[in-house]
Amino acid sequence: MTKKKAFIDGVKDGIPIALGYFSVSFGFGISAVGLGISVLHCVIISLTNLTSAGQFQGIQIIALSGTLIEMALVQLVINMRYSLMSLALSQKLDSTFTLKHRLFASYGITDEIFAVCSTKQGKLSPYYMYGIISVSTLGWTFGTFLGAVFGAILPPLLTSSLGILLYGMFLAIIVPPARKNHKILFVVGISAMFSSVCKYFLPMISGGFAVIICSVLSAVLGALLFPINDTEQD
Amino acid sequence: MSIILYIIVMAGVTYLVRMIPFTFFRKKINSIFIKSFMYYIPYAVLSAMTIPAIFYSTGNMTTAFIGTAVGIILAYCNMPLIVVALASSLTALLCGVLF
Repeated sequence: MTKKKAFIDGVKDGIPIALGYFSVSFGFGISAVGLGISVLHCVIISLTNLTSAGQFQGIQIIALSGTLIEMALVQLVINMRYSLMSLALSQKLDSTFTLKHRLFASYGITDEIFAVCSTKQGKLSPYYMYGIISVSTLGWTFGTFLGAVFGAILPPLLTSSLGILLYGMFLAIIVPPARKNHKILFVVGISAMFSSVCKYFLPMISGGFAVIICSVLSAVLGALLFPINDTEQD
Repeated sequence: MSIILYIIVMAGVTYLVRMIPFTFFRKKINSIFIKSFMYYIPYAVLSAMTIPAIFYSTGNMTTAFIGTAVGIILAYCNMPLIVVALASSLTALLCGVLF
């Protein structure tokens, strides 16, 4: 397969991802500007991070003037899942995937891009990944820009309803597997419970650290009570 | 503190967690505990981030609560990500207009 064909294939597979990203990042742009972050900084954050949950938590830390240590730890825990995805994808790369390509392509490993790449037949070409990543990044960054610019112009009722958009996306990611798998349901439920306890009874723990403590505790409990077997790891 | 510093830390950590395993890691993880922990952590993170924050996401608990309920029902029916996200938001908007 030629480089050009691989790239175009990637762009085609990336278009649905880009459309999804566009609307979610629009919500991100609105939220970030609402927290006092400039349009330019919003766009830089989206372009350099390309991740929803991490960015969303990151702007809260910026808004509350948290420490850089808190920022680093929060990003590490929230984005730790990418390590696992990167590890899985690294087994699937074709022979043209040199060190240089790995350094570039790893920038764009997100939940959705991982899902498409890992289920694609055969080995992965760097140009295929560049195709998906470039169109998805475009959707994510452009959506952020429009949200940041028009967030201030749109009626408050409309922009406040967009605040729920990212969370709606998270529901779409956690509910279907929790429905099928009782172990995941347990982890999701216990994590939500811990997080509510932090919010209402331990308000001195900042939001970022609360997410770390609750999620690590829940995942450890899940791993101790319900260790997975190899077939579940896909 | 300069916002650029925050962004550098944010982007740097996010890049490294993706880049290091993708580029350098060659060994297979054998510990069942670590594998299980890695398997559960995404769900745990997203759940802790969503509950209870989603109820405050629209600035009005009634609209947020109804939006959440619609989102959970649609997600339970395996609707695509974008449908669930937009429907939650649209529901919250409609409730905001009505009440």
